[in-house]
Amino acid sequence: MKAPVGTTGLIFNEPLLWEKGAKGRTGFSMPLRDIERYPVEDSVKGEGPDFPDLSELDVVRHFTRLSQWNFGVDSGMYPLGSCTMKYNPKTNERQAALPGLAGGHPLLPEVLCQGALKLMADLERFLAEITGLPAVSLQPAAGSHGELTGMMVIDAYLKSKGQRRTKVLIPDTAHGTNPASAALCGLKAIPLTSNEQGILSTENVAELMDEDTAGIMVTNPNTLGLFEANIQQVADIVHAKGGLIYGDGANMNAVMGIVDIQKLGVDVLHLNLHKTFSTPHGGGGPGSGPICVTERLAPFLPVPRVVEKDGCYTLSEDFPQSVGKIHAFYGNFGVLVKAYSYILSLGADLKKVSQYAVLNANYIKESLKDVYHLAYDRPCMHECVFSDKHQEAYHVSTLDIAKRLMEYGFHPPTVYFPLVVHGAIMVEPTETESKEMIDAFIDTMRAIAEEVKADPERFHEAPRITKVRRLDETGAARNPCLTGCGR
Amino acid sequence: MMRYLPHTNEDISAMLEKVGVGSLVALFDSIPESCRRQAPLNLPDPMSEWDLNEHMDGLAADMAVAPQYKVFLGAGSYDHFIPEAIKHLLLRSEVYTAYTPYQPEISQGTLQTIFEYQTLIARLLGMEVANASMYDGASALAEALLMAIRITRRKKVAVSRAVHPLYRRVVATYLAPTGYEIVEIPYTPDGRTDLSALGDLSALAAVAVQSPNFFGCVEDLRANADAVHADPKALLVTCFSEPLAYGILKNPGSCGADIVCGEGQSLGIPRSFGGPGLGVFASRQKYVRNMPGRLIGQTVDKDGKRGFVLTLATREQHIRRERATSNICSNQGLCATTATMYMAILGGTGFRELAALNHDKAAYLKAELQKAGLTIAFDSPVFNEFVVKFPSGFDTTYQRLLEKKIVAGLPLAPYYPELADHCLLCVTETSRRTDMDALAKEVAS
Repeated sequence: MKAPVGTTGLIFNEPLLWEKGAKGRTGFSMPLRDIERYPVEDSVKGEGPDFPDLSELDVVRHFTRLSQWNFGVDSGMYPLGSCTMKYNPKTNERQAALPGLAGGHPLLPEVLCQGALKLMADLERFLAEITGLPAVSLQPAAGSHGELTGMMVIDAYLKSKGQRRTKVLIPDTAHGTNPASAALCGLKAIPLTSNEQGILSTENVAELMDEDTAGIMVTNPNTLGLFEANIQQVADIVHAKGGLIYGDGANMNAVMGIVDIQKLGVDVLHLNLHKTFSTPHGGGGPGSGPICVTERLAPFLPVPRVVEKDGCYTLSEDFPQSVGKIHAFYGNFGVLVKAYSYILSLGADLKKVSQYAVLNANYIKESLKDVYHLAYDRPCMHECVFSDKHQEAYHVSTLDIAKRLMEYGFHPPTVYFPLVVHGAIMVEPTETESKEMIDAFIDTMRAIAEEVKADPERFHEAPRITKVRRLDETGAARNPCLTGCGR
Repeated sequence: MMRYLPHTNEDISAMLEKVGVGSLVALFDSIPESCRRQAPLNLPDPMSEWDLNEHMDGLAADMAVAPQYKVFLGAGSYDHFIPEAIKHLLLRSEVYTAYTPYQPEISQGTLQTIFEYQTLIARLLGMEVANASMYDGASALAEALLMAIRITRRKKVAVSRAVHPLYRRVVATYLAPTGYEIVEIPYTPDGRTDLSALGDLSALAAVAVQSPNFFGCVEDLRANADAVHADPKALLVTCFSEPLAYGILKNPGSCGADIVCGEGQSLGIPRSFGGPGLGVFASRQKYVRNMPGRLIGQTVDKDGKRGFVLTLATREQHIRRERATSNICSNQGLCATTATMYMAILGGTGFRELAALNHDKAAYLKAELQKAGLTIAFDSPVFNEFVVKFPSGFDTTYQRLLEKKIVAGLPLAPYYPELADHCLLCVTETSRRTDMDALAKEVAS
C-alpha cells in the first residue's frame, strides 16, 4: 500500500464567536445614511440583540479556521452510502451566483422574470425526460419534503375518488423519512420485510395490500444497492387494489438513461438534486426534492406551475385539484440553477454517469468481499453494503472501522444503515472518483482488515489525529446544552 | 472525454474484468428488460463550460434586478447588502462540499457553526432554544403549528389574516391531509390582528401572528400573549419574514411567545427568486423534545476537550420513524451558516444601526409619499414595509412605472380582494434617497 493520504498538519484552535471581539467593532460597511433619524415608537422599541462585535478579519479568520476542521468532497473521497457525495462542479456555483438569478425577487411581475421561469420550465422538461414521468413540480425543498409532497398528491388523488385510506406499505429497506412523511399524511406505516435476496417479494405485498392501503413507498434501487426486480409485479398488485406506487428516487444516480420509471409502475417519484444532480450538500442543505408524476396525478401537483405559451412563461394557479403550496415561493431556486447547469454540461452522457457509478460500486464489492462480510452477494447498483461480521470476533465494530478510516484520510461510509443489515457499512463511491482513488480506498480497507487481526486495541483509540476525538454523545443528550452563554 | 468522469478505456476494462462482466451494459443485467428505456436520453448536446456561461448569462439578463431596476418589493424577500467576506467564506469547499455532520470528529467546523447559529438566533428572538433550521419561513410556521398540536393535544389552530398569505397557504397544505382545523383571525382598520375576534380559546392549540406582519405593521405581541395565555394550554406562535426588525423592536421572547419561527433570508442570503431561504425555528426550553428538526449540542471528547455533536436524535425520523416530531431530515445548513456569518459581521452594534437605517428609510419614504398626496393605509408602527393606497386607476400608474424600470411594490388585490389599489412597499439600506424621491415624484405626477 502507498503512503496513506491522511496525515497531520497545523490547524488552529478557535473559540466560540462570543468569546472573541470587543464592543464597538464591526465587520460591516454601513451604507451611507442619506436621510435623518426617525424615532421608533416607544411601545414597540427594543434593546437589539446581544451579539459580539467583531472586525472583518476576526470573522474571516474564525470561519476559515472552523472550515479546516471539516471534511468535504473536495478534501477527499466521501463514500457515504445513500448520499451520492459526487463532485460539485465549480461552474454550477458561478451560474447560481449570477446577479440576475441570485438577485431576482420571487414576486416580480412575470414579464420581468422570464429568465427564471424559462429555466424552471426547461428543468422540468429535462427531469421528465430523465425519469420517463411526464409532469414535474420543482417546489419541494429537500428529499423528505418531496416525499411529503408526493404522499400528499397520492392522498389528494384518493380523496378525489372519494376514498380515505389509512395505511401505507413501507419496506424494511426504506429511508427513515418514509414512515415519517406518511405519518404527516395521516397514514399508518405497515412494515414489509424483504426476501432472502434483499428485495421485495410479490407474495408479501399481495398478503398485506388491501383496499384500506393507499399504496407502497419503494426505494429503487433499494438501500441495499439492489434493483427491485419484482417492481412491476408489485405495482400490478398494488394498482389492482386501487393503491399507488411512491418511488423514492434518492438512488436515481444508478439508473439514468437505463430505466424508465414509468414502466416500473411508479406513480410519483422524488429526486434529490443534491445527490444525483451534483448540487452541493452544504453541510446539511439546502437540497431540492422535485417530484415527477404520471399524467393522471398531474392535476394534483403543487401550484403555481410554470406554463409556456408562445415562448412566454407564466405562473399558473389554475389547477383546482392541486394540493396547494408546499413552499412560500417556488422551492430552492438557487439549487435548481445548479442542477440545470449540471444537466446542460452532460446531456445524454448522464447515462455514462450511472454506468460508471455502478461500475465503481461493483468493483469495490468484488475487491473487498473476501475480507468484509457482504450481506447480499449479488450484482449491485451504485452502492454495496458490507458488515462487521468478520471483525466481531476481535471486538472491532463498524464504528471502530469508520473511525480508523478517518485517520487514513477517507470519510467513512454510511454506518448502521440500512437497518436490515446488522453493523452495516454502506459504500457509495460515485462516478466522479477515479480508479486510482478507488484502489487507494480498497487498499486501505484491506489494510484495516489486517490491523483488526493484528492490533484490535488500537481501534478503540481511533481517531487520534482529528481535531477532536470520540465525543460523549450520551452526555450531550442527557444534559442538553443547545445554546452558548457568556459575552 | 468529460471533465467530471475520470474513467479511461483502460480503467473500464480493468474494472470490468475484476467484476467479471463483459461490458458496461452487462452491469445492469439484474434489471428486467421490460423496465428499461429504449431510446437514448433526449437532452440538449453537452455544453462546454464556455458555452454554458453564455447561455446562463442570457437567462440572467432576462431578469429585472438592481441596479437597472429600482425594485420596491419586500413581502417576504428582501434586498440587503451582502458583504464580500461572506461570499468568499462560503466558497470554502470544506463548508459547502461537506454533508450532515454524522461523523463529528471530522465535522467540527459545521457543528460549531450551527451551535453558534442556534445561540445567536436564540439571542435575537429572546428565546431559550433554536434548532439548526427548517426549509423556509412558511414550512417553519406549518411545523410550529403541528408542534403546538402535539403539545396541547388539541386539533384546531387560529392564524391571523395579517400573516403572509403565502405562508398561510403552506400551512393549509400541511394541515389538510390530517384534517386539523384552521380558523382565520381578521385584522383591524389599523392593520393589526384583531384580538377581540379570538373567541373561545379552549379548543385552540395555538394562535399564530406575524410581526412585523405582512402589511409591515408591528403587532403588539405582549397583548397577543396575554390574550392567548388567558387559556392555560393555548400557545402563542409568532412568525416573521424580516428578522432584521428585531434590531430595534422588542423581541418575541420578551413579549411571551411560546414558539417563534420565520424566514431568515434577510440575514445575508440572496433572494434567488425565492429560495433557498432559511426556516428559523425557536421555542421555550420546556418544549424542546417536541421540536422538529436537528439540534446541535455541546459536549466533550474523550480527552475532555470541548466539541459539538448532533443531539436529541430520538425526536427524529431515523430513530422514531413514524412517531418522529417531523419528517424533516436535513436543515438549510449552508443558509444557516450564511446567517451566522452575517450576524457575526454585523455584530450587535452593527445590527442595531442597520435596523435603524431600514426603519428610518421607510419612515422617510412614507412621509414623502404622504406629501405627494397618497394615503398610508394603516396607522400602526412599521419597520421597513408599509401599505399605500393609490388613487383609483392604480394599474395604469404601476405599468407606467414599470416602463421607467421602477417596480412600485406588490399590488395587494390578488391576496386581499378588499385592498384594491393598495400596494405593499419596501425599502432597505440599499434604497437610495434619490430613488425614493424619484418614486414619490412619479406617483405624484
